[in-house]
Amino acid sequence: MIHVEGLTRYYGEKRAISDVTFNVNKGEILGLLGPNAAGKTTTMRILTCYMPPTSGKATVGGFDIFEQSIDVRRITGYLPESPPLYVDFTVNDYLDFVAKIKGVEKSRRPKEIDNVVEKASIGDVRHRIIGKLSKGYKQRVGLAQALLNNPQIVILDEPTVGLDPKQIIEIRELIKNLRGEHTVILSSHILPEIEQTCERVVIISNGKVVAEDTPQNLTNRLKGGERTIMQIEGAENKIRDAFKDIVQIKNLIVTPADNGICQVEVESEADIRKELARNTVQQNLGLLELSTDKFTLEDIFLHLTTKEEAA
Amino acid sequence: MNAITAIFNKEFKSFFYSPIAFVIIALFTAITGSFFYLNLNSFVEASLMDQIYQQQYRMGPRTLNVNLMLIRPYFYNIVLISLFVLPLITMRLYSEEKRSGTVELLYTTPVTPFQIVIAKFFAGLAFYVVTLVPTMFFLSILFAYGEPEFWPIFSAYIGLILMGAAYVSVGLFISTTTENQIIAAIGSFGLSLLLWVIGFGAGFAGQTIGDVMNYLSIINHFEDFAQGVIDTSHVAYYILFSVTGLYFSLKMIESVKWRA
Repeated sequence: MIHVEGLTRYYGEKRAISDVTFNVNKGEILGLLGPNAAGKTTTMRILTCYMPPTSGKATVGGFDIFEQSIDVRRITGYLPESPPLYVDFTVNDYLDFVAKIKGVEKSRRPKEIDNVVEKASIGDVRHRIIGKLSKGYKQRVGLAQALLNNPQIVILDEPTVGLDPKQIIEIRELIKNLRGEHTVILSSHILPEIEQTCERVVIISNGKVVAEDTPQNLTNRLKGGERTIMQIEGAENKIRDAFKDIVQIKNLIVTPADNGICQVEVESEADIRKELARNTVQQNLGLLELSTDKFTLEDIFLHLTTKEEAA
Repeated sequence: MNAITAIFNKEFKSFFYSPIAFVIIALFTAITGSFFYLNLNSFVEASLMDQIYQQQYRMGPRTLNVNLMLIRPYFYNIVLISLFVLPLITMRLYSEEKRSGTVELLYTTPVTPFQIVIAKFFAGLAFYVVTLVPTMFFLSILFAYGEPEFWPIFSAYIGLILMGAAYVSVGLFISTTTENQIIAAIGSFGLSLLLWVIGFGAGFAGQTIGDVMNYLSIINHFEDFAQGVIDTSHVAYYILFSVTGLYFSLKMIESVKWRA
């Protein structure tokens, strides 16, 4: 449904994305995951024909984003990072305007608007001025706008930002319900969100695709690494000695401090806290602190990006 | 076409959704109203003086031309006030969309930059025509008490609207260049003023350059309209001027969109 090949975009001298390539199948929900300023928004803006790429090609629903941009825009619904709202308008007037510029025929318009109002559950604020609504409602009005005219492709840039937990769950449900009927690209910097809604994830960092996988595989990869942080009183070589026969250790970092206490970081395949504690005590070292530290999303980003640059 | 009407309606409505429309109309009406009052006063005074002269020197009754002595200067006053008011009308036309991020909506829906420009231009012009309505009310009072000629008034309004179109196109162009309404207003006021006063320097320039400067000056083309003449060359000037402004606006929008 969406083919992206070698997209590169410069803002002046600054490169925002470089050689971004991925595919989205029909009816699939794809998550674009990445830290802020990674190039998610740039990628989405190119796909929605907001701006062209510096180089590279992309087709959306079989239409070229450059040559057939009007056709692309006709089948795409887009919710930008900050919802594009006319704050002086009522929700109804606003949706009516969007329906008109999206080319929804007059006879279908009221039904179409009722439909998205219900989907985004904004029925109770229909006649209120958008500027007076809360951030959560504004976001949902933006979402309603994107879903108008039942687009085949829905592109959502961080759709749950600024919502309360209950609303986030509602929006996630809504997005899940789009599966099958619509092809969805969704961006986020929150891993669990992507995990719950998306079938496939593309991780972007520094404008490059660093991983493309299913959420399960990605989380397995995350959980595969266990990190234990310890504070031990004793000499560095004695500490290394104590742990040398634990085979699960992948990486051992010992940072001695002035007062004879070492900061020890252990990366391992499995949970080896018991072994670490036992060996420390057996060697007559003073175990002051021991805690686990799961790899965070930031670690994975860091990991993936540094690996990419080294290659 | 549907998109043009939709954007036109949206744009025209949003003038009235914010207090700016009412401020502009109130201001314009108050200032043009006081100019009308001053012009009327001096006309009444002239009539009184005329009556006194008639009695003192036993002259035959003269008819004072209300079109010439009151209405024509009044139209020049309207032109002057329009110069100040039009940038206020056009300043938000495009910059507001840029500031609030709604350009993202316009660019990602099946709407072309041409449709956007045309719709916004006519919305701005339509609002200017609305602000002119109270001045028509003032003039209609004259019909109740005197016998002004209708057609010179009609042609002057045609001229005002055409000149307004030219200024709206200038303002729209400046508005596409910035997301700051204040800059848009100051910029279009500056450019409009420049296009007005360019004729002043014509006398000091050489023959050819002087002619060009005179031709470019927006105000020079209004004179015939105020005198009741609709000359196609002046109509063509204003239309050509507006089309040029719209062309620049269109290119500006496209360049912002495609600039890499």
